[in-house]
Amino acid sequence: MSLSSIELATGGSSVLRPMQRGVVIDIPILITTVAIAILGCVILYSAVGESSSAVFRQALRFGVAFTVFIIVSQISPRLMRVWTPWVFCITLGLLIMVLVNGVVGGGAQRWLDVGIIRFQPSEIMKICVPMMVAWFMHDRPLPPTFSQLVVLLLIFCFPAFLIALQPDLGTALLVMLSGGFTVLLAGLSLRLIGILGALTLGSIPVLWHYMLDYQRARVMTFLSPESDPLGAGYNIIQSKIALGSGGLFGKGWLNGTQAHLEFLPERSTDFIFAVIGEEFGLLGLLLLLVLYLFLVGRGLYIAAQAQSTFRRLLAGGLSLTFFVYVFVNSGMVTGLLPVVGVPLPLVSAGGTSMVTLMAGVGVLAAIHGKRKLLAS
Amino acid sequence: MSPTVPLKDYWKEQKIFLSRLIVASFMILILTSVLVWRLFQLQVVEHDFFSELSQGNQLRIEPLAPTRGLIYDRNGVVLAENLPAWELTVIPEQVLDLEAQLQDLGAIGLIPLEYEGLTELVRSHRGFERVKLANLSDVQAARFAVRRHQFPGVDIQEGLIRNYPFGELTSHAVGYVASISRSDLDRINRSEYAATSLIGKSGIERSYEVTLHGSVGYRQQVVNAQGRILMDPVLAANSRVNLEASQVSLETRWPLPGENVFLGLDIELQIAAHKALEGKRGAVVAIEPDSGDILALVSMPTFDPNQFAGGLSQTDFQILNDDPDKPLFHRALAGHYPPGSTIKPFLGLAALHHRVLDPDHREMCPGYFLLPGHSHRYRDWKPEGHGPMDLHQSIVQSCDTYFYQLAVNLGIDNMSPFLEGFGFGERTGIDILNENAGVIPSREWKRTQFAGSENQTWYPGETVITGIGQGFTLVTPLQLAHATAVLATGGQRFKPRLVIGTEDPLSGTVSKSQPVLLDVMSNIEESHWIRIVNAMVGVNEERQGSGRNAMRGAEYTVAGKTGTAQVFSLAADEEYIEEEVDEYLRDHGLFIAYAPVDHPVIALAVVVENGGGGGVSAAPIAREILDAYFIEDIHVSEQH
Repeated sequence: MSLSSIELATGGSSVLRPMQRGVVIDIPILITTVAIAILGCVILYSAVGESSSAVFRQALRFGVAFTVFIIVSQISPRLMRVWTPWVFCITLGLLIMVLVNGVVGGGAQRWLDVGIIRFQPSEIMKICVPMMVAWFMHDRPLPPTFSQLVVLLLIFCFPAFLIALQPDLGTALLVMLSGGFTVLLAGLSLRLIGILGALTLGSIPVLWHYMLDYQRARVMTFLSPESDPLGAGYNIIQSKIALGSGGLFGKGWLNGTQAHLEFLPERSTDFIFAVIGEEFGLLGLLLLLVLYLFLVGRGLYIAAQAQSTFRRLLAGGLSLTFFVYVFVNSGMVTGLLPVVGVPLPLVSAGGTSMVTLMAGVGVLAAIHGKRKLLAS
Repeated sequence: MSPTVPLKDYWKEQKIFLSRLIVASFMILILTSVLVWRLFQLQVVEHDFFSELSQGNQLRIEPLAPTRGLIYDRNGVVLAENLPAWELTVIPEQVLDLEAQLQDLGAIGLIPLEYEGLTELVRSHRGFERVKLANLSDVQAARFAVRRHQFPGVDIQEGLIRNYPFGELTSHAVGYVASISRSDLDRINRSEYAATSLIGKSGIERSYEVTLHGSVGYRQQVVNAQGRILMDPVLAANSRVNLEASQVSLETRWPLPGENVFLGLDIELQIAAHKALEGKRGAVVAIEPDSGDILALVSMPTFDPNQFAGGLSQTDFQILNDDPDKPLFHRALAGHYPPGSTIKPFLGLAALHHRVLDPDHREMCPGYFLLPGHSHRYRDWKPEGHGPMDLHQSIVQSCDTYFYQLAVNLGIDNMSPFLEGFGFGERTGIDILNENAGVIPSREWKRTQFAGSENQTWYPGETVITGIGQGFTLVTPLQLAHATAVLATGGQRFKPRLVIGTEDPLSGTVSKSQPVLLDVMSNIEESHWIRIVNAMVGVNEERQGSGRNAMRGAEYTVAGKTGTAQVFSLAADEEYIEEEVDEYLRDHGLFIAYAPVDHPVIALAVVVENGGGGGVSAAPIAREILDAYFIEDIHVSEQH
């Protein structure tokens, strides 16, 4: 008798129900996401030069994403687990299709055109990887053994590799991190993390020694874009001016000069954080960060309350990934981190990322809803 | 339940998970604190500085162009330099009415009257970026200076323009620079070129672009809405804002000048070679045998590289490009020619090495050759025949019949690898672009180049004509000179190179690069080399020698070989088909030589397109060049 069937029996039901009874919605999550999205639309209106059509499109995207959120939050986590390997494999297939005949946009090949919509399979991978890791560890005792770690490494490195080929290093990194965090939560020993970290740090001087001058220059520009103000550093300098001139209270909505005089590149997408900082100041940014942290905290709380390995790992992994999104984007805009193309969750203009983020949040809600049902 | 399935301990797992969750929460807390601290730094501590920057005043990053490295010949004569020039520039956001201003500038003759292209150029830049409109002469600069107040936002600036003192003489070796094009943008790091408007397009200027260009610098300035500099670390006197108070300093990084490059070229010899070939179409390549240094590199006709640096109009470029004589085509590196009889010394050496004939045995030359069992007559250039011939005389008099037989004895399978050993059939690897590989045919080559089994088969008749450098065989003048240099050194192959060293302009440190030895043919007997060399000396000294007329009375010993290449039957030579059919179908004249014979210092190849026989067209040119090298003693005269 397999372990999963034991659990099926103890679950008190012999039939897999695709949907839970009634509509279950996690109110705190709902309120926070809607608040962030509204803030996003308000700032987008300013960032795109007061064009209401761009805001309308963004609101429409959020509407679609919100619908996805509602639907996903109704799926039973158990069914999710059964579907996981299939979803993972299909997304992997889509990634390969992107490489073979994807649509080129912005110098990289990351879009897949399916009739009416274009989307980035790499975005979906950000959810699939934590799901797959959680699925793999579900039946196995924690913490993972060494051979299991190797399999887990493959699960998140192979898709990341495919994404890096597009080339989209930012997303590849995020996929790796989302998988890595889930493994971390699965009980990866802290000593092993320490050893891996030390090995990575130790290999840097060796790698550096074998690199050619121009490669070193590229790495330096990547790590510190401000050393190349005529190229990659231009964005950073402009976004720092936008943030810094915003001060504590900001210049006020629609009054951001850096953004409106078009000094700040990519102000409606990856650098929208700087527009918020310019117009709403430090206080505005802190409010946004509080909203994000609340959402992440709620996710971690759900993870702590969840009652199976799959649910715990998935909820925890998704929450941490969400935080990484926020930190990498804001770190990039403030010049703390290298410039990688990572949007600000639920705020940056862009469709696929919005939908996958809301789907991820929907998974959190679904896990929480299931727990309640069991308890009742 | 199977005992091999490990049981899950839910209680323990929950504990592990919760402990990890706590670790993760701490990480989140720490990272968030870092972020908030950073935001506080930017938005509160440095707020004053940044608001100064954004309140109408802007931080401008002014790129500073590096000075391009100079190019010298082997004796330090300057072949490419930078001359000061006036540049007319505009800062778009400071101009009120661009169209009107450009029109006025055109009216006083500073920019072309058709300025649509310039309007587009200015509009494609960001408002605060300085855009170059034109180069100005001193007179034009003076004309602008008195009217400056009428043109807000327009200014003259000192810049540098590339100049080639020897003009068309060095264009095919040194190359030229021209405005950065769209295709250039794809292969360069754009920020490195933020202040540079010219880039190497061909020759050394292209292949040593990275060395010559240097590294861009920049300086940060604070400017007001009118573009006036308020704060500049360099112009500290203009500073209105207190740098200390803002806690942020403006950065300056000076550009690093490009390195100077020394060529192996000897400009006096280059001039002599240019003069000797002037008015003809063809190429001269002279190499120092024991280093591979290129002493002279001429492709005729040529063009003036200064035209490109100064900004060549589309019409002028079309004229150059459409010229039927193809001045832009690098004949010395990319021109494919049948080697004709210049291939004979190499094949003679191959025959000796493979011992397929007795070199002293005399064979009757009736003026034609027959393959056993075939009736086709392979004709000698001398219809009445050369009489009894040994290897020596057949090189001296360039007897075709003897070499038809020699080729049959050797066979194509021996010929091809031996010729490839001298560098034929592959790029020599010279340090400038656009070299062609030539063709050394073989059974394998024919199989891969043609379709259909009939065309893929190697026929005995093709071996026969390969023996006199006709048929499929194609070489470049550079390959011929290179192979001649290998003959001169008795089998040492040095990679041909133009650049022999670089100089750091700041420290003055010169770093010389070592010659690259590609191969040493140690397996060929000394006596074989000597036999071939003696025959090549005979070409110029013996009574019947094909180079005797040209080399009569030379004050140095020369080993040489003439060649005459038929063109009319060749499909491969597509360059000249349309106009002046008669002239363009005449034979190419070739000559290879090295001198002095006992300690060679120069090896060269001369190709004269459609010049007729090599002995009368190419050999006299070689004589002129060698005379210039040895008699006029340019090495002494250059010590000034």
